[in-house]
Amino acid sequence: MLHIINKSPYDRPALDSALATGEGAILLIEDGVYAAAKGGKEEAKIKAAMGKFKFYALSQDLEARGIADRVADGVTAVDYAGFVDLVAEYKTNQSWL
Amino acid sequence: MKFAILVNEGPYTHQASDTAFQFAKAVLAKGHEIFRVFFYHDGVNNATRLTTPPQDDRNIVNRWSKLAEEHNLDMVVCVAAAQRRGIVDDGEMKRNGKDATNLAPGFRISGLGQLIEAGIQADRLVVFGD
Repeated sequence: MLHIINKSPYDRPALDSALATGEGAILLIEDGVYAAAKGGKEEAKIKAAMGKFKFYALSQDLEARGIADRVADGVTAVDYAGFVDLVAEYKTNQSWL
Repeated sequence: MKFAILVNEGPYTHQASDTAFQFAKAVLAKGHEIFRVFFYHDGVNNATRLTTPPQDDRNIVNRWSKLAEEHNLDMVVCVAAAQRRGIVDDGEMKRNGKDATNLAPGFRISGLGQLIEAGIQADRLVVFGD
């Protein structure tokens, strides 16, 4: 399943909820991209989950927040076309609102 | 592939309405089909033609209307959510005794069954909200 996270990990537990499902892909969008910041508090959590999840972050939202050039290792930046491809690739998706 | 999009957040709130719009454009640019865009909860506020954002800001409502016109999109507003928030077409004006309408071009008011149908008919349903 593709999990879509649009909330900052410092605001809501959406990322933790997605990680608790066990495996899949996680796409960070909007304020959700703060989780992908290198050196951030969530970096270790993402690193630890890398064996079970693939991580993506929406490049436009990374750029808007000034963190496009310091994305945590293992997180792939995708544009809106890549967002569409991910939704098409995974049979199911869940927006953790 | 057939996509359906659910918008649960109003315009100019956080970012969901903008993201949903950019996503819809990308879906169409990729050659996919959009079966329906359904506006629910505060998302129905995307459908009022009476907004007047500053000229240097994006016009979220007009942007949806234009996209619908260009791509013949089916954009459906939930009737119960619309009634609560004062989104009115001719039928609702008469039925509820109101003195005006404000539904923007390209939108239509209908029921929640339209969302269920979109979930069944589309290959993918993507939710944008707060």
